[in-house]
Amino acid sequence: MPSLKDLRNRIASVKATQKITKAMQMVAAAKLRRAQEAAEAARPYAERMGEVLANLAVAFDGRDDAPKLMSGTGNDQVHLLVVATAERGLCGGFNSNIAKLARDKARSLIADGKTVKIVCVGKKGYDAIKRELGSYVIKNVDLRSVKTLGFADANAIAEDILAMYAAGEFDVCTLFYSRFQSVIAQIPTAQQLIPADLPKAEAGAEVSASAVYEYEPSEAEILEDLLPRNISVQIFRALLENAASEQGARMSAMDNATRNAGDMIDKLTISYNRQRQAQITTELIEIISGAEAL
Amino acid sequence: MAELFQFELVSPERQLLSEQVVEVIVPGTEGEFGVLKNHSPFMSTIKPGLLKVRKDGGVVEEYFVRGGFADVAPSGLTVLAEQAVRVADLDRAALAQQIRDAEEDLKDAKDDASRLKISDLLSQLNEVQNALIPA
Repeated sequence: MPSLKDLRNRIASVKATQKITKAMQMVAAAKLRRAQEAAEAARPYAERMGEVLANLAVAFDGRDDAPKLMSGTGNDQVHLLVVATAERGLCGGFNSNIAKLARDKARSLIADGKTVKIVCVGKKGYDAIKRELGSYVIKNVDLRSVKTLGFADANAIAEDILAMYAAGEFDVCTLFYSRFQSVIAQIPTAQQLIPADLPKAEAGAEVSASAVYEYEPSEAEILEDLLPRNISVQIFRALLENAASEQGARMSAMDNATRNAGDMIDKLTISYNRQRQAQITTELIEIISGAEAL
Repeated sequence: MAELFQFELVSPERQLLSEQVVEVIVPGTEGEFGVLKNHSPFMSTIKPGLLKVRKDGGVVEEYFVRGGFADVAPSGLTVLAEQAVRVADLDRAALAQQIRDAEEDLKDAKDDASRLKISDLLSQLNEVQNALIPA
């Protein structure tokens, strides 16, 4: 049975923890709002990009001279997995969910006899993956020093990936990140980057609209220019979604922690009071029986 | 009365402009071009340069854009630029930095093709800087 002093210390320490988790929750809530705004602001660009690409891609569908970024290298022996996670922990299952999805994918690829290479974006994902698949990790991008995520950050990652693709170091590239659905739901997602997974524009109205389009320079050159750019945009969007998801996950994790700390304080206070009363009762009995003995 | 059309200027970070305008002059890769209402459907990549927007009432706004493309559709003009800044907010030091970066890249370039590409970029950036100096 812990003494009264022990209990008092324990209550004080849980209270201190509760204060910290509560502060972290409020910080996460503020950051979440900003991250969500950033993700929303980036949406028009990505959407327009997708529309234009889909229009252009129709013209090249099934043609031999289609750019390699769209048609692929023709085989799928070497897979590159880009795993985007957070730089910080204490956000529930956020990091481990993404890492788990990537690990499962890597395992099944290895079982099929494919070669796997992994690029980690974010420290936590690297920590989770290196234990089992450390030898496959070829690069670890550190974004810890980045305060507000800019397009330039995503661009740098994309350029690395494109340089590796141009050098023939992989055939298929898949990006892992967490899609932000709501504060309580973040969905770990795998998205194929290379060869580009383009939504096919519906035949009919849209195709006829693009038929009268004039292109300057030629369609092929525009497509060649757009595809690498699309990779950057996709990565940028994924990083922004990730940032929002991370804050959402942290917010709910810290909310839970605060509530648990509250429950714990209630329980500890009850046993503290009981023990205090028991002690008073004992003292009273001692005094009374002492007085009676006289 | 000038006719208006919908113009949107979007960068990856945010949407800078979305409103009815009279005329937009876009720095296309193959030359500048102006867009008025009812322009035929047209698409072009853009080079680093100044994009001029003439709004209703004749007010002209200038933006520095770099990398991206312009899409003229019947519904209006959309410019997707990798980088877009209002000229008034443009940081000259940042532009100078970009020029220095390009100069360094030029020195490091390995083959003729990439050297050509970078020197193109460099001359376009210099052009922008020269255009801005009297302003």
